[in-house]
Amino acid sequence: MSTTMIETKTALDGAVNPDVREAPLSSAQITDYDHRQTVGRITADNPKMACREVNVYYSEKHALRQVSLDIGANEVIAFIGPSGCGKSTFLRCLNRMNDTIVSCRITGHIQLDQDNIYDKSIDVVQLRARVGMVFQKPNPFPKSIYENVAYGPRIHGMINGKAELDELVYASLERAGLTKEVEKRMDEPGTSLSGGQQQRLCIARAIAVNPEVILMDEPCSALDPIATAKIEELIDELRENYTIVIVTHSMQQAARVSQRTAYFHLGDLIEVGETDQIFTNPRHKLTEDYITGRFG
Amino acid sequence: MNKSDDSAATPPRRDIKTLVNAGLKRRHAAERRFRWYGLTAISLGLTFVVLMFANIIGKGYPAFWQTYIELPITFDAAVIDPTGTRDPETLANADYAALIRASLRGLFPQVEGRRDLRALYGLISSNAPHRLRGEILADPALIGTTQPVQVLASAEVDTLVKGNIDRTLDESLRSISDQEIAWIDRLTADGRLTKRFNTILFSNGDSREPEQAGIRGALMGSFYTLLITFLLSFPIGVATAVYLEEFAPKNRWTDLIEVNINNLAAVPSIVFGLLGLAVFINFFGLPRSAPLVGGLVLSLMTLPVIIIAGRAALTSVPPSIREAALGMGASKLQMVSHHVLPLAMPGMLTGSIIGMARALGESAPLLMIGMVAFIVDVPRGFTDPATVLPVQIYLWADLPERAFVERTSAAIMVLLGFMILMNGLAIVLRKRFERRW
Repeated sequence: MSTTMIETKTALDGAVNPDVREAPLSSAQITDYDHRQTVGRITADNPKMACREVNVYYSEKHALRQVSLDIGANEVIAFIGPSGCGKSTFLRCLNRMNDTIVSCRITGHIQLDQDNIYDKSIDVVQLRARVGMVFQKPNPFPKSIYENVAYGPRIHGMINGKAELDELVYASLERAGLTKEVEKRMDEPGTSLSGGQQQRLCIARAIAVNPEVILMDEPCSALDPIATAKIEELIDELRENYTIVIVTHSMQQAARVSQRTAYFHLGDLIEVGETDQIFTNPRHKLTEDYITGRFG
Repeated sequence: MNKSDDSAATPPRRDIKTLVNAGLKRRHAAERRFRWYGLTAISLGLTFVVLMFANIIGKGYPAFWQTYIELPITFDAAVIDPTGTRDPETLANADYAALIRASLRGLFPQVEGRRDLRALYGLISSNAPHRLRGEILADPALIGTTQPVQVLASAEVDTLVKGNIDRTLDESLRSISDQEIAWIDRLTADGRLTKRFNTILFSNGDSREPEQAGIRGALMGSFYTLLITFLLSFPIGVATAVYLEEFAPKNRWTDLIEVNINNLAAVPSIVFGLLGLAVFINFFGLPRSAPLVGGLVLSLMTLPVIIIAGRAALTSVPPSIREAALGMGASKLQMVSHHVLPLAMPGMLTGSIIGMARALGESAPLLMIGMVAFIVDVPRGFTDPATVLPVQIYLWADLPERAFVERTSAAIMVLLGFMILMNGLAIVLRKRFERRW
């Protein structure tokens, strides 16, 4: 819900310097392939999450270099870039899903509202309840549709009694635009749905715990265009209440659903900006090459 | 690359066609030959299975039938209850063997002399008096009447009736004399011999008298032993698999443990028996021949199998389910217990049942801890002396009496029956709970 808009800006000022990358680059630097300093404004007016100088290493491999980026409240921000550029890695830092990878090491500072999410006092369980995630491949639990949505509220002890749970489950399905399709088959396994329906079920499952941020890792890459259109429509509606970070391979999708876009290249955050600006007038040479289809 | 290079590298198309055609016959022949090898191997295997089953069933089937002799028994009040008080104690201690002897003398009045009479009395099993006592204790009103009673025939009679003694052999080479054969023929002619289903086989413990020997003691021993094995090895095995697969850090120590578990699964089972003897009996002072110790030893043997099967079942659960649960904010233990374990359970159960079936058929380690003793009583608990089915088979296979040969085969049939049942259960579980995602 949007009631959690806290004055993060002031809190952040103490912790990290938001203007760290604000210095304008020269046009020569911007057209230089070897220059990997982020172009564009990395800060947001009303930041929900703030990341500063995040580095990720897989064993010896330096997978993400010095990424600093704000994610504004109630905005949809898209991460684009060629495969292996670190956009999914960065996304997974935001709810500490990388913790499950043994060889993975993360440095830097990521803040959700005022909390440093890598602080010892923050439990991942609490963090992941606040930052939900939707994965590339629809992965409903092999349980009934009802149980899929009820699972989160149940483990977090968010509800008292069956009636309240029913209400929450139906409300979540309604918001995911799935009610009409599954109303009569709540007891059937979630895996019996079509791919697009499964993905919307996963979104319903994620919003059932009422997270502040929803991370989406290429949510439409396994879906057909019609199912994709439905999910995109849904993302647009969800923006009212949630902050959404979406990783996508489809530039059209990024252009359609997001307000801001961040372009990653080989572990560097190359350019951030308003989506319109990125797609119509990219400033960095690498961004331009990617957008115009010269790679990827 | 230029054009002339290209044409030099690739031979003309027609050549390839003829080349392939030339080799085609050979390729197909090789394939046919391989199929033929496979078919031969399978039919050879099946033939031996059929032969084995035919042999076991052919030998064991008669053991399920037992010869009884109908004797007119006069429940003489003077023998059973001379005082006439009907005191249960007196009734229980009466000389029922005398009633049988009297009945036999009545049927064969011409038999005289101690030796001949003893041979005559030998036609009846030594457990027959117990049967009479049971009838009288159940219904004291029978005293004073004469009733036809089916009493158990001795093993020799049974063997002769089943046609397993060659009458043409010289008398000295048979376990039964000409005279006895004549008596048995008389009884057969009188219609006093009947074959009934052998309930004794399933209700009695072991015995030196084949007609009184049963597998109940061994069955109960196997049951108690396997119960201990299951109760110990299943929870410990599943917990170990879950810990190693989901929680333990992957480092040199866990690698070492994994290698050791895999090696333990291949350790000869008798070594576990020695370990059990040294640790459980000599060090901890647990009773010998007890299902408790047997169960402990078989648990040691079954654990590696269950752990390996459990880990395989856990790895087969797709990582997307784990990610989904973690992404919802489930703790690691919630992820495992709510999602991963239920999905892995069919595989774990299948592995456990197969491990248990192996434990059921195991005899070598149990020999080491004294479960090979001759035990008549049916065990009533985990610390009573007991033996198990495979050891019972081993014991009976050693005995020379023909009647024990058929009982050995019958016990093998029962053991195989349980094995097929358990493996069938494993298959049903696997089919039933198999999930696709």
